[in-house]
Amino acid sequence: MGRITLEKVRKAFGDVEIIPQLDLTIEDGEFVVFVGPSGCGKSTLLRLIAGLEDVSSGQITIDGVDATEVPPAKRGLAMVFQSYALYPHMSVRKNIAFPLRMAGMDKAEQERRVTNAAAVLNLTDYLDRRPGQLSGGQRQRVAIGRAIVREPAAFLFDEPLSNLDAALRVGMRLEISELHKRLATTMIYVTHDQVEAMTMADKIVVLQAGKIEQVGSPLELYQRPCNTFVAGFIGSPRMNLIEGAEAARHGAATIGIRPEHIDISTNEGQWQGTVGVSEHLGSDTFFHVQTGASSQPLTVRATGEMALKYGAQVYLTPRTAHLHRFDAKGQRIE
Amino acid sequence: MARAVTTQRKIIFTVLAWGLGLLIFFPILWTILTSFKTEGQAVADPPVFLFFDWTLENYSVVQERSDYLKFLTNSIIIAGGSTLLGILVAVPAAWSMAFVPSRRTKDILLWMLSTKMLPAVGVLYPIYLLFIRMGLLDSRIGLVVVLMLINLPIIVWMLYTYFREIPGEILEAARMDGAGLKAEILYVLTPMAIPGIASTILLNFILAWNEAFWTLNLTAAGAAPLTAFIASYSSPEGLFFAKLSAASTMAIAPILILGWFSQKQLVRGLTFGAVK
Repeated sequence: MGRITLEKVRKAFGDVEIIPQLDLTIEDGEFVVFVGPSGCGKSTLLRLIAGLEDVSSGQITIDGVDATEVPPAKRGLAMVFQSYALYPHMSVRKNIAFPLRMAGMDKAEQERRVTNAAAVLNLTDYLDRRPGQLSGGQRQRVAIGRAIVREPAAFLFDEPLSNLDAALRVGMRLEISELHKRLATTMIYVTHDQVEAMTMADKIVVLQAGKIEQVGSPLELYQRPCNTFVAGFIGSPRMNLIEGAEAARHGAATIGIRPEHIDISTNEGQWQGTVGVSEHLGSDTFFHVQTGASSQPLTVRATGEMALKYGAQVYLTPRTAHLHRFDAKGQRIE
Repeated sequence: MARAVTTQRKIIFTVLAWGLGLLIFFPILWTILTSFKTEGQAVADPPVFLFFDWTLENYSVVQERSDYLKFLTNSIIIAGGSTLLGILVAVPAAWSMAFVPSRRTKDILLWMLSTKMLPAVGVLYPIYLLFIRMGLLDSRIGLVVVLMLINLPIIVWMLYTYFREIPGEILEAARMDGAGLKAEILYVLTPMAIPGIASTILLNFILAWNEAFWTLNLTAAGAAPLTAFIASYSSPEGLFFAKLSAASTMAIAPILILGWFSQKQLVRGLTFGAVK
């Protein structure tokens, strides 16, 4: 079990308010991702749930039990840190067994669980090594192993992949998703990478300056961002946001259109523009087109085969059905 | 070309370093040599270097006249006791300063160090009076406490620097893994800090062993350590250079041997945090 609720939780360091009062419910078995730019308070929020920081006010409950004053050791949660935080003086075996040893589990059961975890995580050959003798990916696996052996109520991940190189990151991302499907345990995952958020989450919590901007499934957030911040943050490349006369024509202060919802043509269309930089990804091509509609170049997705020269004249047509409209405060207009 | 210059430089620096090292070591070497001379040869002019009649007479005379073992025991008890007591006080202090610092932690550290800036003689009078009142004069326990207090700032500073090198996340991981404060310090912090604690103990032991101001001023006969043993041979009754040298050699031998075997730890302790 692992249902976690935050009620009126607030955190301040001295006079600086990091997290203004917020409420959040995380259902049992959910994979929740906290995402936001650096300094948005997502790690602090995770550390409040872990108990590594004390809340300034409010209440945290885990499976219906008030955990606000419970020390981290007694909350029954496991955490994977960005720096892995392995115990350098212990072998991999002892690292993974440490939480079991702390729980006073008998030796045979410890050994059985460590062997299982090592098999799942491909660490069997490394059990007698020290963390210093492992690669980054292997260290991350040990950290995950240490978290899974004790069968916690929930897993907390604090940017676990940001120290890995790009190729390894994609692999570990899949492994963690796979782990979640198999264990069906609540996972809370903090990242600044919206691709990780989109690909892994059941539910995304978008944070900015300690405030929850929007909570929803990846597709809800993608298709119906509630404000311009979420609209610009979720999706890669970013949604085009257009202000001024063009927005006013649609009865909004800002309109947004995603790169895949603009048709590009060399003959005719709504907005005339000049092609700037093109990014060829093979499957798709992204053109950055300067138009009269917006001061910023608009990003447009086209097929991988399409090629246009720098400086070529083109016409863009947004698909009106996919247009997002926002008011002067940046809130979505339905 | 560049390599030739580097090699040349290497040779020059090596020679310089050796020269400097020998220069620093020379007084100790001379003391040791003198301890094997007769009193006459010890003051001979021109001085004799290696070609004299080697004798152990000074050592037997020194041992007859004063009980070396008693001084040695006192030194071990005073240096060891003050070091252990200091570590016991300093580990929790350094832990809290390194891992749960307050806004004033830096100031406290600096203030502690500032007590080392006052000349010891400045507080001799009050401490002497306190010792008389408390009946601590010429007692080992009194010296253990005083030397512990004298060296405490250095112990706390050294441990603090070591602890600061230990990433806080590892201790947080231990907490998440179900370790209470005791388990965290016992199974995670201490094993990781053992090299640091060891070199702190070592350095402090040497400092306490060589401390001569308080040990001379606060002892008479009962609790006098080896520093007093040496001092007793620089008497006004006459020059006994050879015997003084023998006493000095006997006093520094234990610490010299200890230092030799633990030089790796010592160097690490003294340069820790300098290079990251």
